[in-house]
Amino acid sequence: MSKMHVKFTLNGEEVEGLAEPRTLLIHFLRENLRITGPHIGCETSHCGACTVDMDGKSVKSCTVFVAQANGADVTTIEGLTNPDGTLSVIQEMFREHHGLQCGYCTPGMITRVHRLLQEHPSPTEEDVRFGIAGNLCRCTGYQNIVKAVLAAADQLNAQKEAAE
Amino acid sequence: MIPAAFEYHRPADLASALSILNTHGDEARVVAGGHSLIPMMKLRMTEIGHLVDLQDIASLRGIEVTSDSVVIGAMTTQHELITSDALATALPIIREAALLIADPQVRYMGTLGGNVANGDPGNDMPGLMQCLDARFTVEGADGPREIKARAYYESAYFTAREEEEILTKVTIPLPAAGHGFAYEKQKRKVGDYATAACGVIVSGDGASVAMTNLADTPIWSEQAGTALAAGDVDGAVAAALAAIDPQEDMRGPIAFKRHVAGVVIRRAMERALTRAKG
Amino acid sequence: MKDEVTSTEERRENLKGMGCARKRVEDVRFTQGKGNYVDDIKMDGMLFGDFVRSPYAHARVTSINKEAALAIPGVVAVLTAEDLAPLGLHWMPTLAGDKQMVLADGKVLFQGQEVAFVVANDRYAASDGVEAVEVDYEDLPVVTDPFKALEPDAPVLREDLEGQTEGAHGPRKHHNHIFTWEQGDEAATEQVMSTADVVAEEMVYYHRTHPNPLETCGCVASMDKVTGKLTLYGTFQAPHAIRTIVSLISSIPEHKIRVVSPDIGGGFGNKVGAYSGYVCSVVASIVTGKPVKWVEDKMDNLMSTAFARDYWMKGKIAATKEGKITGLHCHVIGDHGGFDACADPTKFPAGFFNICTGSYDIPTAYLSVDGVYTNKAPGGVAYRCSFRVTEAAYFIERMIEVLAIKLDMDSAELRRINFIKKEQFPYQSALGWEYDSGDYHTAWDKALEAVDYKALRAEQAQRIEDFKAGKTRKLMGVGLSFFTEIVGAGPVKNCDILGLGMFDSCEIRIHPTGSAIARLGTISQGQGHATAFAQIIASEIGIPADDITLEEGDTDTAPYGLGTYGSRSMPVAGAATAMASRKIKAKAQMIAAYLLEVHDDDVEFDVDRFAVKGNPERFKTMKEIAFAAYNQAIPGVEPGLEAVSYYDPPNMTYPFGAYICVMELDVDTGEHEIRKFYALDDCGTRVNPMIIEGQVHGGATEGYAIAMGQEIAYDEMGNHKTATLMDFFVPTAMETPTYQTDFTVTPSPHHPIGAKGVGESPNVGSVPAFSNAVHDAFRAFGLVQSHMPHDHWRVWRIADELGLHG
Repeated sequence: MSKMHVKFTLNGEEVEGLAEPRTLLIHFLRENLRITGPHIGCETSHCGACTVDMDGKSVKSCTVFVAQANGADVTTIEGLTNPDGTLSVIQEMFREHHGLQCGYCTPGMITRVHRLLQEHPSPTEEDVRFGIAGNLCRCTGYQNIVKAVLAAADQLNAQKEAAE
Repeated sequence: MIPAAFEYHRPADLASALSILNTHGDEARVVAGGHSLIPMMKLRMTEIGHLVDLQDIASLRGIEVTSDSVVIGAMTTQHELITSDALATALPIIREAALLIADPQVRYMGTLGGNVANGDPGNDMPGLMQCLDARFTVEGADGPREIKARAYYESAYFTAREEEEILTKVTIPLPAAGHGFAYEKQKRKVGDYATAACGVIVSGDGASVAMTNLADTPIWSEQAGTALAAGDVDGAVAAALAAIDPQEDMRGPIAFKRHVAGVVIRRAMERALTRAKG
Repeated sequence: MKDEVTSTEERRENLKGMGCARKRVEDVRFTQGKGNYVDDIKMDGMLFGDFVRSPYAHARVTSINKEAALAIPGVVAVLTAEDLAPLGLHWMPTLAGDKQMVLADGKVLFQGQEVAFVVANDRYAASDGVEAVEVDYEDLPVVTDPFKALEPDAPVLREDLEGQTEGAHGPRKHHNHIFTWEQGDEAATEQVMSTADVVAEEMVYYHRTHPNPLETCGCVASMDKVTGKLTLYGTFQAPHAIRTIVSLISSIPEHKIRVVSPDIGGGFGNKVGAYSGYVCSVVASIVTGKPVKWVEDKMDNLMSTAFARDYWMKGKIAATKEGKITGLHCHVIGDHGGFDACADPTKFPAGFFNICTGSYDIPTAYLSVDGVYTNKAPGGVAYRCSFRVTEAAYFIERMIEVLAIKLDMDSAELRRINFIKKEQFPYQSALGWEYDSGDYHTAWDKALEAVDYKALRAEQAQRIEDFKAGKTRKLMGVGLSFFTEIVGAGPVKNCDILGLGMFDSCEIRIHPTGSAIARLGTISQGQGHATAFAQIIASEIGIPADDITLEEGDTDTAPYGLGTYGSRSMPVAGAATAMASRKIKAKAQMIAAYLLEVHDDDVEFDVDRFAVKGNPERFKTMKEIAFAAYNQAIPGVEPGLEAVSYYDPPNMTYPFGAYICVMELDVDTGEHEIRKFYALDDCGTRVNPMIIEGQVHGGATEGYAIAMGQEIAYDEMGNHKTATLMDFFVPTAMETPTYQTDFTVTPSPHHPIGAKGVGESPNVGSVPAFSNAVHDAFRAFGLVQSHMPHDHWRVWRIADELGLHG
């Protein structure tokens, strides 16, 4: 089957390449672009390890063809670290509150939380649990992830207030 | 889990999409959010020669609330349904149901059209659309036609839509102001299909009861609605239960599902009655 | 000097040593997506392998046609058993002394079994190739029930073993029988049973489930034809063992094999075993001369790589009428699937199931286990538990409840009067173990008080009244669990895997400027080894943990060890770490004494330095000592400051804990709500409390999943019914309860730092707590035993069978 030309914005930079239309976005990111932060877990859109941000939506890149992403604005975990290379507030809070263990779900989880906190800047615990329910973690039991997200929300809000 | 190869099309307007469907016949399938279709393709349970991506067709998007109806473009996502305040005011049952579908990521991608179009008995929106007496507009080479949601589902994955037709929008008549509503769903976990689910609308004009994943199509029970409108909850539950035909799966055996259906249906009815004003 | 004004306490804090909730060093890369997992590895010219798998559970393979597959662009090779046979690699040894087909050799024994290996340029072409391989099957009668498998006329599953009456673990009684394993005194136990005041008898089933790490199993094999060296990257929980096994079965000399476990996305026991994918990738790399990657997908993972549990445990427990337990009898039918691929120490075909007397002083006991072949996937790994310990803990904690019902006693009290007493340790159990230390009564009292047990019982009594009066449709269960684990395998005298002794190791090199690198024979899969083991070294030697790099998983650099599973890292490698540290410290003492111009015995260790006894102003810091060790000629002392320790533990360790679950159950829908979950763990000395707490949250969540819905299910035709995460229950943040953690500290007397290990306790302890809560809710209505998982329909069925649906 012939390959198509795809082009989209990835972490603020334009990327392009040739791919079979059936190529899944996760494979294009990982194999062609060597963006290996998003991981492959269940492959049936249940686990969320492959979560990326596409046009302002958290999506499971195992269930998106790269052809569908053509022209989109995609952000992965690689694009969420501070420009100076330090950990972002969310990343730092995951570390601070032991919100990760094996690290396999973490990039997808943090990418999802990034979007969640844009939409719900001051979430309750219930909001957080509901908001990350598309991301499975086998290690942490979520308790410390929830703690990390609530702490990140507080810090981000404090930063915003200080800036105003 | 890798799908078989296919040709990809991304038409900019509906006419182009229809023309591709006409050219390739049953080789072609449209894709909206893809969260039903793509997993099937990855499991190679569905092989498609031509995939027609509808994302660029602006006319298929949007929520329009008028004085007597709501018109929702087929490509409107579950997330957009949930976050539309106008929709939540006019038809709050849609947000209540949409929040029970899948998970956040899937709701960003999954669309109303995709949920109702293909006749997957596990999907929640078909039952809800029957409850609301919605009409689906499907468009083919001969132009658009309307099919009532209550007449759309023939059996699992078989619907009244022809293969070369595209479901473009859903029109929902507004129930009377102050109507009571409820969508109740029992599931094993977030992301699961319903073990049993039921949507109920009650108002001065009557009542409507429809159920999800309790037969190979959604089930709307006219008798249940009639009984409920008459204030006979027991009779309404009995009528609803008489209409279902659940099958055994990993969620449990038939006797269990029937029992749970009874509970879920009753809860939906009672909650809807509580919410009805006047 | 700065040191002189720094207090002892500040200097200790600066080390971030044992007992400190040190933030994890791993997280800096993981939170940025910069981990390096096996599927992240990409090498020039790398090929990808994928399996053709059997759709049948039991069938003869009559023909395999590769031609159509080989015609697909990008497909490089298709391997079948015929291709592997000349190399003797169409079968491989299992960890349990059995053998297993690498690729179907004439027949298949479970759905999903590997039939052919397609090698292609990428995973897309490989997948197309898999679709195109034509296999003809002739189906055979299927047996999925281990009891039916033992019937005289049951179909013969393992034709390769036909006529073999002796297996790896003694006589085989039937063509589908694998082994019988006996412990304890049968005659004495029968005697106790026949004369006891009370005997309670029950069948307790611990269903089949799967460790299901989020990352599946996989590897990249790369044979360098020039050097003759094979490098094998993979998701291995035991990289050194894999190296030795690969060498033994492939005849490649062990020094020509390098095995590397990169970051591992969770293991939970799933990544202990040797799988067909590893063998096929190695062969394919040798054949093609290119690196070959194989990474299974989640369906492959759930269908073919190691499952856990599937134990039918028939118990009898005898007691006086006052509730003093006098004897325990247990017979197990273990369903091992098509091959016996259990991951157990060789001499323990049923693992350490003989810990099944639990936390109780049971004077007389007898256990026998029969392993059976069925048409299901092979495995039987320790899913976040030491070998078969979670089965044992579940069994005894259910039997205690069953006995309490028979005696009409409160089960908290029944536990209390039967606990092994503090002064009885070290305690010899009737089934052969020596428990190292424990203080069960203290832990139990603390737990019961923390949840206000009396108030819960009062509330429950009221609830039962309300239910009977029709005021509510919800019942309340209080699930109790007191568990004793046996971990840290183990002493080489009785613990080996395929002949490899189960010691572990640590090598430490102090650099001249006072920082260090340490390497261990274990491999972290999320447990935070790089963080916690550095803390041990920090406290032992006095170098800040932040100045210590910790490496694991590369067999070319790490000292030999048996890997991470069975909660053995802290008990065994943790001990090795302390012992290696102490060797360094001993040398540092000599150097310090020389530098301070006093006798060796006249200096003493003080947090991060050696000081002259009675004159703390005169000291040499570890940093100074390290520099001198390399750069100063010290008479009688070799240059350098390094040490290695291979630690053979004198005994296992026995962590314990008290878990209590309060659950609400809807009798009409079968739904549950976990109102409270309290977990008290005693894992001896606590190295990093933050990591311990995280382990408890995670393990308890796995326990919750197992008890309340997670299963590997087959239909009668052997079709796998739970091969995706739609039906294989992994809870999201919405279903998962919140945990309240607590602890007591009873150090292990034989471990250098007193640590016992904790990773698996919460899985072992929580499953009975959740399950007992379900049972307890229905106890007042006559329920004695109902098998897990307690998903909605099964809870509904309990209520239905008890007549609670009117």
